[in-house]
Amino acid sequence: MAVEAKGMMRAMAGEAERAEYGDFARCVHCGLCLNHCPTYRLWGREADSPRGRIRQMFLVDSGEMAMDSTFVTHIDRCLDCRACETACPSGVEYGKLVELARGRIEKEYRRKGMARLGRDLFYRRLLPYPKRMAALGGLMRLVQQSGLQKMARSAGLLKLMRVDKRADLLPEIDRKFFSTETTRTFPARSARRARVAFFAGCVARMTFSALSEATIRVLRANGCEVVVPEGQWCCGALEVHAGYRDVAREMARRNFDVFLADEAGFDAIVTNAAGCGSTMKEYGLLFATDPEEHKRAKRFEGMLKDVTEFLDELGLTAPMRHVQMRATYQDSCHLLHGQKVREAPRRLIRAVEGVELVEMELSDQCCGSAGVYNVTQTETAMALLKRKMECVNATAAQTILTANPGCLLQLRAGAELAGKGQEVLHVVELLDRAIGPERP
Amino acid sequence: MLTKEEELRLYEYDGSVETGRPDCVVFPGNKSEVAEIARLVNRYAVPMVGRGAGTGLSGGALAREGGVQVVFSRMNRILAVDYENQRAVVEPGVVNLELSRAVARAGLQYAPDPSSQKSCTIGGNVSENAGGPHTLRYGVTTNHILGLEVVMPDGETYRIGGAAVDAPGYDLVGLFVGSEGTLGLVVEITAKLTRLPESVKTLLAVFETTDDATETVAALTARGITPAACEMMDGWTIRVVESWIHAGLPTDAGAILLIEVDGPKEAAEEQAEAVVETCRAHKAREVRTAKDEREREALWKARKNAFGAVGRVAPDCYVQDGVIPRTRLPETLRRIAEIGKRHGFEVGNIFHAGDGNLHPMLCFDHREPGTFERAMAAASEIIALCVEMGGSITGEHGVGMEKDRLMPLLFSEADLELMKRVRGALNPAGLLNPGKLFPASKSCGEIRAPAMGRGPNELGEGVRGVTQR
Repeated sequence: MAVEAKGMMRAMAGEAERAEYGDFARCVHCGLCLNHCPTYRLWGREADSPRGRIRQMFLVDSGEMAMDSTFVTHIDRCLDCRACETACPSGVEYGKLVELARGRIEKEYRRKGMARLGRDLFYRRLLPYPKRMAALGGLMRLVQQSGLQKMARSAGLLKLMRVDKRADLLPEIDRKFFSTETTRTFPARSARRARVAFFAGCVARMTFSALSEATIRVLRANGCEVVVPEGQWCCGALEVHAGYRDVAREMARRNFDVFLADEAGFDAIVTNAAGCGSTMKEYGLLFATDPEEHKRAKRFEGMLKDVTEFLDELGLTAPMRHVQMRATYQDSCHLLHGQKVREAPRRLIRAVEGVELVEMELSDQCCGSAGVYNVTQTETAMALLKRKMECVNATAAQTILTANPGCLLQLRAGAELAGKGQEVLHVVELLDRAIGPERP
Repeated sequence: MLTKEEELRLYEYDGSVETGRPDCVVFPGNKSEVAEIARLVNRYAVPMVGRGAGTGLSGGALAREGGVQVVFSRMNRILAVDYENQRAVVEPGVVNLELSRAVARAGLQYAPDPSSQKSCTIGGNVSENAGGPHTLRYGVTTNHILGLEVVMPDGETYRIGGAAVDAPGYDLVGLFVGSEGTLGLVVEITAKLTRLPESVKTLLAVFETTDDATETVAALTARGITPAACEMMDGWTIRVVESWIHAGLPTDAGAILLIEVDGPKEAAEEQAEAVVETCRAHKAREVRTAKDEREREALWKARKNAFGAVGRVAPDCYVQDGVIPRTRLPETLRRIAEIGKRHGFEVGNIFHAGDGNLHPMLCFDHREPGTFERAMAAASEIIALCVEMGGSITGEHGVGMEKDRLMPLLFSEADLELMKRVRGALNPAGLLNPGKLFPASKSCGEIRAPAMGRGPNELGEGVRGVTQR
């Protein structure tokens, strides 16, 4: 209660939310996290390790260290992949700590001109608005399709602007966006076993429509009525990771209104994006000080399921064809470390006859995608991707399976740049392939 | 090279409760850089302290008297593996578990397995002569090191030991392993690889009381059974660990033994049967055998993450490390509980029962006035008790800066003087890891580092030059 009161006072004073002493004190600095941290593995520096970052956050929070550019650099370099949480024997909630620290940085630290303007433009003026994002998507598609991007690349313009690598990592924009303008209901293909709401996301609506449609097909084939409620938008994950907690709260509230209002009620809210799911399962953290909103957040959290988790619990009933494939599975960090879901996607993969699942070394290490990390910290992201592809190549798998759109993009770039041209699929896309085309 | 205060503060801690801040931190990339740093350090007469991953539990890697911290995290290559002859040459920053992983496909392992093996480095293991659960059968680090390459304080590099067992001449490898960074900096290690056993059986025996469990350990020894590992966890610790790790431990038990036997299939099975029989004869409520690799891993995960899990109970946890003859386990544990009670603590116990290596844990919150002092007092009494029982002040964590003042419990002044003469011969100016191993005395040179953090000076420039090339 005292904690809540303190938080409420801070919120009223417009101050950034802070972690409590106990959150930090759980860390006994045993160091068992170090070798699980992608950036520590790259550089071997304490400052870029979970233990070192926790120490820095604690020193800044307790006023012993200044919130200066050094601190911000080390916190920015964190992927927020949360592999350290899985490794931590003391149960330190590192994701929560780093997200709170980023919230404080956004409120109290003045970034340099362009960085600040760019971040504010994206997180405050673009991302929260579906129409603006759609316009931006349309513009990007124009650039991609008209050959402008190719021209710019061959002219060395992208390299000149130092965005050549980044352009590789940006998604290709769909011709037709996945619509959430009106509520759509898709009946179950067999006897109805569940009624679920599908969370379509923001960027994914413009770049992963095919994946969204595949997800709906697989759910329907397995006896789910799927509702895509209108008015839904971004989950707020990118905003939370970047420290824009107020924007994230707005996104969350919108989702509460959309998904919790349905009268018939849903058995689950299903997402195919592990990154979004992880944040939505932790909405409670965004509303720690308001009991009413916290209650709504908790209700939402309880209904949210990753599609692999949901299907695994429900049990696959759709008839599936034999699919000949040697595949390896890359754990999506926010599914494995954020949501602690490890076996469900593997069980689904094994359920498809003909698929030989070959585990790669270090499948629990981040591929470097990490939300927008591959755009903001391109060099590090590429170094991680290179290591990831070495592990993938060693399995001789022709297909890489994963469970999150961001990972799909990154791994596709990896297969092209440092791989052997492997095909990259979401686990749900594999199931969709096994189920085969819908018969009219 | 790091010299800013906020950077240095990230090297003032390790896994222990001690602190010590260096004046600068360097990350050499190869052994010649280490040698150059040593030459500079020697010229300017400042302390020099090596560090692996900083997971140590006795403050061995902390720069107690400031100076230059040499961090080996960049020197993390496995240089060569000779599968046929079962040995590997590695740099000191190689993570313990990564070596085992790298050779697992060939049916080999690097046997010493400290609980921190997923992070700790082999260089650090060598310095501290690290142990682990499987020490019981496979021995400690020193039994697995064939040769070393060391940089001495004068900056010269020497090879000691060799690629074969039992190198001729003085056993300098034996001298260096466990010297806690006070004799030289290890820059290359030739380690022995051990064949993975054909068959492993992991058993969990559940007891109503700690006495029943410890008496079982003594009985196993009496019957001449030497398991690969024999770990004990008391009821308090079981409950703490299980609440976090969910390995299926019985939370209502008084104690459990985690016993592993290995070897050729039939021999392992025969041993497992004998273990089960012994446990049952000593009032084991239940004896379970892990059905598969998953169950086995879950049990070991519970064991190896136990100290961290205790971090959930209180902000501070002091893990002690002492050794007693295993036949005196029941009596010692009873007296440890009494000591704890007298100082107001419930003492958790999880330890390598097979070799009598105790790890009592004291949980406290240092913000409560007086608790830190009470915890330290209780810990000292526990260690004194271990010595009284005929044991030692440390089993595997090392002396470091945690137990320097306790050395006189084990050694006379003359005994200690002999050790100091060895140190004096190899590390004459006392620049390597000063303030460790021995109780502080006037004869120890008072060396202070020039304030390198506060502005450039020649040494700083020199060290920076080495690592920037």
